[in-house]
Amino acid sequence: MLCNCQKEKQNQTADSPDLSILDEVLDEYRDQAGSLVTVLQKAQDLYGYLPLTVLRHIAEEMNIKPAQVYGVATFYTQFRLTPVGKHVILLCQGTACHVNGSERIETALCQELKIKPGETTPDKLFTLTNVACLGCCSLAPVMMINGQAYGPLTPDQAVRIIKDLYAREQQASEGGENA
Amino acid sequence: MKIRIGLGSCGIAAGALKVMEALQEELNNHNLDIEIQQTGCIGMCHNEPLLDIIDDNGQTYTYGKIKEKDIKAIIEQHVLEGNPVEKYLVHSSSNPNNFLAEQVRVALRNCGIIDPEKIEHYIDRGGYEALKKAITDMSPEEIIEEIKISGLRGRGGAGFPTWFKWNATRNNPGNIKYIVCNADEGDPGAFMDRSVLESDPHSVLEGMAIAGYAVGAHEGIIYCRAEYPLAIRRLEIAIKQAQAKELLGSSILGTPFSFDIKIKQGAGAFVCGEETALIASLEGERGMPRLKPPFPAQSGYWGRPTNINNVETLANVPWIIAEGGQAFAVRGSETSKGTKVFALAGKINRGGLVEVPMGLSLRDVIYKIGGGIKENRNFKAVQLGGPSGGCIPAALLDTPVEYESITQTGAIMGSGGMVVMDETTCMVDVARFFLDFTQKESCGKCVQCRIGTKRMLEILERICEGEGQPGDIELLQEIALKVGEGSLCGLGQSAPNPVLTTIRYFREEYEAHINEKRCPAMQCKALITYRIDPDKCKGCSLCAKKCPVNCIKGERKKPYVIDQEQCIKCGNCIEVCPTKWAAVIVE
Repeated sequence: MLCNCQKEKQNQTADSPDLSILDEVLDEYRDQAGSLVTVLQKAQDLYGYLPLTVLRHIAEEMNIKPAQVYGVATFYTQFRLTPVGKHVILLCQGTACHVNGSERIETALCQELKIKPGETTPDKLFTLTNVACLGCCSLAPVMMINGQAYGPLTPDQAVRIIKDLYAREQQASEGGENA
Repeated sequence: MKIRIGLGSCGIAAGALKVMEALQEELNNHNLDIEIQQTGCIGMCHNEPLLDIIDDNGQTYTYGKIKEKDIKAIIEQHVLEGNPVEKYLVHSSSNPNNFLAEQVRVALRNCGIIDPEKIEHYIDRGGYEALKKAITDMSPEEIIEEIKISGLRGRGGAGFPTWFKWNATRNNPGNIKYIVCNADEGDPGAFMDRSVLESDPHSVLEGMAIAGYAVGAHEGIIYCRAEYPLAIRRLEIAIKQAQAKELLGSSILGTPFSFDIKIKQGAGAFVCGEETALIASLEGERGMPRLKPPFPAQSGYWGRPTNINNVETLANVPWIIAEGGQAFAVRGSETSKGTKVFALAGKINRGGLVEVPMGLSLRDVIYKIGGGIKENRNFKAVQLGGPSGGCIPAALLDTPVEYESITQTGAIMGSGGMVVMDETTCMVDVARFFLDFTQKESCGKCVQCRIGTKRMLEILERICEGEGQPGDIELLQEIALKVGEGSLCGLGQSAPNPVLTTIRYFREEYEAHINEKRCPAMQCKALITYRIDPDKCKGCSLCAKKCPVNCIKGERKKPYVIDQEQCIKCGNCIEVCPTKWAAVIVE
């Protein structure tokens, strides 16, 4: 049996991230006690997720034990240890959304994208993530894609929004090929 | 004349930015030089996007659910000709709507009125006068006394007297003390703090500075959840503006008092709303609670005396200092003074943010302000206090909103989430929903919470799956008791509340699931089937087209049939079947 960090190692993609882009962040926070969460947030902004090599680098540079860094990174839901798709669909599962049928939206999105919540489509375009509450309760049920909230949704509308986005991506890539 | 547009998260989500663009374009077309002011949230989320026209006599006209195409008519008829466009009007100074008329706004006094990114707007409305009064005319003891007279209690959930916390932090020895603003609003279905921070950030900063002076702290930290990017951005702007005007920083307003504020972003952990977990998170650790005492007032952030208050509590402070504690205490009930903000959501006609005097009945909040239940359905329950709270049934609708009365029902006042449920909501499913949440959010430190919530969730899941067994209800109650007793922090202690209240008030629903394998609200998928009535079906094929798994078969103009083996019970068919035929039946 593998321990968790070894499993993460297996998930790691072959390309090694450029650690130097983190220098500025590390220089700013290295000597500030209690800034590990902030550093991880900034690292995730830079890399899109937290690759294991980056976690090790942070541990070394900030003089914190790697186990502690890993512990913090896995405690908070905001942190991701695997890459995400181009569009992250945040599907709200707050109370108001739940009583207004967010589960039906989830079913429809899973059917359309052929993935489960937490997964990414094979073409790396979409990641579907359930979130606790987006705070737009009067628009329930709501989902958020690239910072834009959509609601109140029906399963049909949710699927159409994804299809539109997909069509736009297709167009863009075809346009790119033609050019 | 001035035009105001609501740019809170809800407004933006509803399309307010596009409306603003259209508005600017229309004004340009007519060569009109009228100021467009952005503002936060007035609370009428059900009418977003909102647009106010304030005429030269100070009369306000509020237009709701505005789309880009409506702007032309509003500008041409109202702005140019002076005739308000009745069909989009949702509120006006001379004809206030019920949603706003029944409210008393103290914490929300500036929300939806000022531009949250302009400190001048806040100052024009009397902002920072309280801070000035506090640090030039009052001693710290006098301030604490004033807060005591006001009867202000913590608005984050527990309802602990604010003055007591301040006093304890003040009396604990040490040169370095901290004020922490808890803006880690994690309850699903609650958005009071987000709205205050987005709409009136200075009121929170001012409240923190006053608290700092009262307890002897020179540093404040706002712990805000990262899911609120707009709130964080507006706080950052507000802090810079206040520093520039010497309202934050060293020697505030030329006095010896220094106080500065920084923001720390949370990283998504519900348990960090608990004080000791929040402190651990601020220190860059896993956000896990610890045993109290010592209380944060004794040993908090970096082991120093730390006073932690919720956003809404702090937003009330400047008002209390400016108007006097007595003015605050005249509102409310014997033990719960002042007003309370609620986020009204769920199956309600007029959802949004409301502030009412304590002691008003739940019925008044839901029916008078909220306009009753959507689609004229029957009220079933109102959920208060999120995952720590409980569901209050129709029979208790006359319960006043005050700490003690709500606690008696088995729910808690909580931070102010109020989710209304109707007859189509399954209460067992609601209990399962909350347990699923607390079980995921349990930090894992206390065995009872970590394992107990998991076992409770498993039982609830099997009941919803139609595999409930006799004795399950009693087993749930037994584990609930142990989870409550055996947990260190509020998360575990209160995690059983949604289960216990639903058993208490809706036991027959549990029994129907367990004994009759029936979900009375027709929500639990394993216990319902969708069927097409062959006598009613006209064979239009709409349902077959919309079925995501293609399990509805038939020939056009002949009755269709659902293949029960493949049906995923998504409910699309019942939704698309034309109401005049209503051929899809759920049973």
